Amino acid sequence: MSVKITIDNTQHTVKKGLTVLEAAQSIGIEIPSLCYMKLHDINIENKPGGCRICVVEVKGRKNLVPSCCTEVEDGMDIKTHSMRVINARRTVMELILSNHPAECLTCAKAGDCELQSLADRLGIRELHYEGEKTHVRKGNSPAISRDPNKCILCRRCEMMCNDVQTVGCLGAVNRGFHSVVAPAFDKDLINSVCTFCGQCVAVCPTGALTEIDESAKVVRALNDPTKTVIVQTAPAVRAALGEEFGNAPGTLVTGKMVAALRRLGFHHVFDTDFAADLTIMEEGTEMLRRLKGYLAGDKDVKLPILTSCCPAWVNFFEHQFPDMRDIPSTARSPQQMFGAIAKTYFADMLKIDRKDLIVVSIMPCLAKKYERARPEFQQNGNPDVDIVLSTRELARLIKLCNIDLNMLPDEDFDQPLGESTGAGVIFGTTGGVIEAAVRTAYEVHTGKDLPKLEFEELRGMDGLREATIDFDGLPLRIGIAHGLGNARKLLEDIRSGKSHFHAIEIMSCPGGCIGGGGQPYHHGHVEILKKRQLALYSEDGSKKLRKSHENPYIQALYKNFLGAPMSNLAHLLLHTHYFDKKY
Amino acid sequence: MATLSENSRKFLVELCKKYRNDEHELINVLHEAQDELGYLPVEVQHVIAGELNIPDARVYGVVTFYSFFTMVPKGKFDISICMGTACYVKGSELILDEFKRRLKVKVGGTTEDGIFTLSTLRCVGACSLAPVVSIGSKVFGNVTPLQVKKIIDEYVEKAEELH
Repeated sequence: MSVKITIDNTQHTVKKGLTVLEAAQSIGIEIPSLCYMKLHDINIENKPGGCRICVVEVKGRKNLVPSCCTEVEDGMDIKTHSMRVINARRTVMELILSNHPAECLTCAKAGDCELQSLADRLGIRELHYEGEKTHVRKGNSPAISRDPNKCILCRRCEMMCNDVQTVGCLGAVNRGFHSVVAPAFDKDLINSVCTFCGQCVAVCPTGALTEIDESAKVVRALNDPTKTVIVQTAPAVRAALGEEFGNAPGTLVTGKMVAALRRLGFHHVFDTDFAADLTIMEEGTEMLRRLKGYLAGDKDVKLPILTSCCPAWVNFFEHQFPDMRDIPSTARSPQQMFGAIAKTYFADMLKIDRKDLIVVSIMPCLAKKYERARPEFQQNGNPDVDIVLSTRELARLIKLCNIDLNMLPDEDFDQPLGESTGAGVIFGTTGGVIEAAVRTAYEVHTGKDLPKLEFEELRGMDGLREATIDFDGLPLRIGIAHGLGNARKLLEDIRSGKSHFHAIEIMSCPGGCIGGGGQPYHHGHVEILKKRQLALYSEDGSKKLRKSHENPYIQALYKNFLGAPMSNLAHLLLHTHYFDKKY
Repeated sequence: MATLSENSRKFLVELCKKYRNDEHELINVLHEAQDELGYLPVEVQHVIAGELNIPDARVYGVVTFYSFFTMVPKGKFDISICMGTACYVKGSELILDEFKRRLKVKVGGTTEDGIFTLSTLRCVGACSLAPVVSIGSKVFGNVTPLQVKKIIDEYVEKAEELH
């Protein structure tokens, strides 16, 4: 079904049911918008029609109409950029800016701010209205900074928090001039059900929601001659960092990232992928033990086993499904495994006290900032991981130090905590952790070599996926969810006994870590995530070693230090426990 | 979070059940809860959210959106000063100021002794009597700032009788 419309004096036939905004987009006319956001791949749309930036003129209608929530009709005659429209659009923009704090000089969003670039695009040079400013209390947390005074009430964060993630932390409070998006009872995020997944930050068009910037701490640490400063980089970072330096989405910059970190002055540049391999050894062993116990009829053994690498996911089930906290694997996340090994095994190697070793993580994630601050990941007040930077913060730091990433040679990670297999690399995408686990668990369980390492049935971008892998006669049923709303569905199925899976992988962010809350902003173009995903699979494919248990440095770590997977020492350093956070 | 009395909790659970624990009945539930308990503190909202299986933030959003709902206990008598056009031009703001001064509360506030809550409203349809003050179902017309003390005293006495 299609309709004939006239847009800007030219006739077009467009699909019925489209909004004016989408119809215009489909023929290459971009109508400026602000509150509107459509995330195609996850089928989510935010169109409260609240900001009125996208108004257009429709012949025969008295008032201008918001194009984001007006459907095309046969014979419609639309003007997207008439003088009347321009006039209205600029006035709307001026009104939005009339109570906006003009703090662009120090705002964390400057340069990436949709409000700022739209004001520029509309040529706003003078503000004719000055409204009363709101003075709402700012809210800080270990991971996310909230400044409601910069909020334009587009409600995108609310959509992510409630519809996509089903966390239900953020909601509109009060009315009229006093409206603000806030957690229930105006609590701080840290005392709310917030998981710190950062998806609200990923879609916020202004500086109202940003990450807590810790780059100054890194600069201070690198300036301190008494400290040895080491860095680990999460898998998803290398697939996105290049975007901040003008590279096409999906450009891998692993070697250049290592070179840049070395030039920043880190004493050792290591890889979280190493710890991902370690995670597979622990989680894979736990999975096989539970599976064997279950098959042997042990009533105390619960299946499915759920992955536990994602700190926002851990927060989610601690808050919303605390009764099921005995199901996820007890394995710590790769970030925390790395920190624990660095501050024991590696500090011993260097013969330094753990207090003099500063561990910095580069993460695609904001929840990692929260995770590193959890009390159980500290020893006598000294955290296993000291500082966490997001991909965006690292990009800013590299630029700050006048390092031209694109001109750097490719360099290799340092040893012994920098070697990784392809299995560790794919941890950064949905489906990757379970594929990595299957590669190792299969070979350990069957004693046979895998004929083919790529499990296409585990890959993809659908929010909920399932596959059955033949473990030499044992059909292993695997479920995968990304986005916490999808995770909730799986958890409810488990609770009601409907679930038939042996193992489930869960990542909080759409796409997995490649779509994390600390990654370069996608500005609604979630198709970027697929390109980042392909980049990780291509790095995996290019590796000589692609199974975690074949990593020689992991083998050495067990031989010289840990003993065996799930040994007492491994339990102490690499496993954790969960809390009931329901109140 | 302060704990709720077992009776109040039971009342809320039953109330939500009456509405089939349907989240779309949130406003009705809040209405009846406030009628019974006098106000909707955090603990009450938390229980209702749990019973209706919706986030606390949603309940809180509705409670803060409608001025009818209150999160603080109201006094025995609600003094409402009309700020509609007719009353306003006849000086209702002076009367409001006098009430604020004597009761030592802001608009929306409740006196320490719990007797009065001060609020404003827009037009009770008695413009010929402007400016108008209403307390419960009683309407005072042609009020002057000098009468404010007398009105307050009258209700303090009533409150004592009620004791």
